[in-house]
Amino acid sequence: MTVHEVLPIDREFTPRLALRKRLGTLFGILSALAIIIGLTTLGLLIADVVRDGWHVLSWDFLTSYPSRRPEQAGIRSALVGTFYILILVAIIAFPLGVAAAIYLEEFAPRNRLTAIIEVNISNLAAVPSIVYGLLGVGVFVRTFMLGRSLIAGALTLSLLVLPIIIIASREALRAVPPSIREAGLALGASHWQTVRHFVLPAALPGILTGTILALARAIGETAPLITIGALTYVAFTPKSLFDPFTVLPIQIFNWISRPQAAFHERAAGGIIVLLAVLLLFNGLAIFLRARLQRRIRF
Amino acid sequence: MADPIAALTNAQAARAEAATRVQAPTAAGMDVEQLSAFYGRFQALAEITLPIHPGAVTAVIGPSGCGKSTFIRCLNRLHELTPGARVTGSVRLEGVDIYQPGVDPARVRQLVGMVFQKPNPFPTLSIYDNVLAGVRLHRPRLSRAEADEIVERSLRAAALWDEVKDKLKAPGSSLSGGQQQRLCIARALAVEPLVLLMDEPTSALDPIATYRIEELIWELKQRYTIVIVTHNMQQAARIADYVAFLLAGEDRTGRLIEFDTAQRIFTNPKRKETEDYITGKIG
Repeated sequence: MTVHEVLPIDREFTPRLALRKRLGTLFGILSALAIIIGLTTLGLLIADVVRDGWHVLSWDFLTSYPSRRPEQAGIRSALVGTFYILILVAIIAFPLGVAAAIYLEEFAPRNRLTAIIEVNISNLAAVPSIVYGLLGVGVFVRTFMLGRSLIAGALTLSLLVLPIIIIASREALRAVPPSIREAGLALGASHWQTVRHFVLPAALPGILTGTILALARAIGETAPLITIGALTYVAFTPKSLFDPFTVLPIQIFNWISRPQAAFHERAAGGIIVLLAVLLLFNGLAIFLRARLQRRIRF
Repeated sequence: MADPIAALTNAQAARAEAATRVQAPTAAGMDVEQLSAFYGRFQALAEITLPIHPGAVTAVIGPSGCGKSTFIRCLNRLHELTPGARVTGSVRLEGVDIYQPGVDPARVRQLVGMVFQKPNPFPTLSIYDNVLAGVRLHRPRLSRAEADEIVERSLRAAALWDEVKDKLKAPGSSLSGGQQQRLCIARALAVEPLVLLMDEPTSALDPIATYRIEELIWELKQRYTIVIVTHNMQQAARIADYVAFLLAGEDRTGRLIEFDTAQRIFTNPKRKETEDYITGKIG
C-alpha cells in the first residue's frame, strides 16, 4: 500500500506544506529582526551614556549637593528627593489604587455608570503627564496652597500612576477564577471576607508587580514635577513634607541644558544612577512575582 | 425580631459538640416546595417540590441544561449571587424556611455545605489552612489544639488524612485532582454542616479518584444528608437512596419529572421520560 492510498490526494486539498513552512521561517526571521533592532538601539544608548558618565561615578558624586563648579557637583538632593517621592507615592497611590480596583472588580454593580468609569480610567492612563502637572499646579500647589513642596509633587505623581495601579490590580483580580469566590461564599464567608481572605491573596503577585512598575514610571517622570515648580537647583535635602525638592530626572535635565561639557558628563552619571534605580525596581517586581506566583496555581 | 435560624445554629453547635464523640448525631432533612428559579426573565426551574430525606443520598439527574446545578445552588442560596437571578417558593431546613426575610445567606451556607464540580482549594493556603478556612471565618480565635483536632477529624472524615498527614503545610494545589476534591470535602465538613451539596463532584476526576469519592459519600451519609448532582446514571445507581429526575421542556425550563427511591427509579420508573432517559433513549 502506498502513501497515496492511505492519504488520497484530491484537487480540493492542496497542502502546500513547503510554502507554509517557508512562511513560518520568514516570520521567525522578521520577529528576530524586530527584537535585534530594539535591543541594539537600547544597547547603543546605554553604551554612550556609560562612556560619557562612568568616570564621574563616585561616592562623592552620590553624596554631594549640586554646585556651580561641575567637578564638585553631585546628586545627593536629587537622589534623596527621588527616594522620598517614591515612598510617598507608594503610600498614597497603592492603597487608593488597590481599593478602587477591588471596588470596581468585586463590588460595583455592572451598569452604565461603572462602564463609564472603567473607560475613563483607561483614558486617564493615557493622558500625557504634563496634564497631570497642570492639574497639580491648580489643585495642590494653588488651591491647597502646598507650594512647590515634596507633598505636592508626590500627590501629583500619585494621580499620574493611580490609573496604572488600578488597571493592573483589576487585571490581577480578574485573573482569580470565580470558583475561588464561590468556594469562599459556600463556606459562609461574607462578600468582604471572601475578597479579603481568598481573592486578594491570590491576586497579590499581580497587584505588586503592577504597582512596582507604576512606581518605576513615577520616578522617571520630569514634566509634571517641573510644571508644579520643583526646583532645579536644590542644595539641601527636604526636612519635611512641605520643603522644596528636586528629583533625578530634573537634575539630569538641568545639567544637560548647561553649555559646559563637564556638566553633560555629570548628566550622564545621573542617567546611569537613574537607570540603576529603575533596573533595581523592575528586578524586584520580577523577583516578587516569581516568588509569590510559585505557590499559586489555580 | 428573633433570628429565624438561631435554632438551626444551636443544632449545628450540638452536632459540632457531638462530632467529637463516637455517637453519631442525627442528620437534618430539607423540604423543597414550589421552588422556581430565574435568571432575569428566563425561568430555569419551575415549581420543584420534593423532600430531601435526612441521612440519605439524594441524586439529582437529568440531561444537560435541565437545571440540576441551578436546583442544587438554590439549596444553599448560591443561586441568587448570579446577577439578575432570583428564586420563588420555599426551601425548609428542619422546618425553617431559608428564604424567609431576616435569614442571612452566609449563615445558610454555613449550615448547608457545598462541593463543586472542579476542585477549588484556595491556591494561597496550605492543606492545613484550607481545611480551616471556613472554620476561621466564624471562629477567629481558634486555639492551636482545637485547630489541629478539627483538621485531623475533617481530613479523616474525607478519607485524606493518611495521604497528607506528613505534608499538612504543603499548598493545597500541590495535591492530585482527586485529593484536591477530598480536601474540598474536608473543608466543607470542617464547619459541621447539616447538609452537604455536591455538584457533579467527580466529573473532573479519573475513574479511580471517582471510586474513592463514591466510597466516601457512602460513609458520609451515616452522618450527613447529601444531595448530589450527577450526569452519570451508573453513579446515581451506585450511591443514591433517592433520585430526582429533572427535564427541560421546549421552553428550556427544568421541571421535576419524577422523584422516588433509587431502586424504583432505576427498575420501575412511572414516567416514560424517566425510562427513556435511564435507558439512554434521550439525553
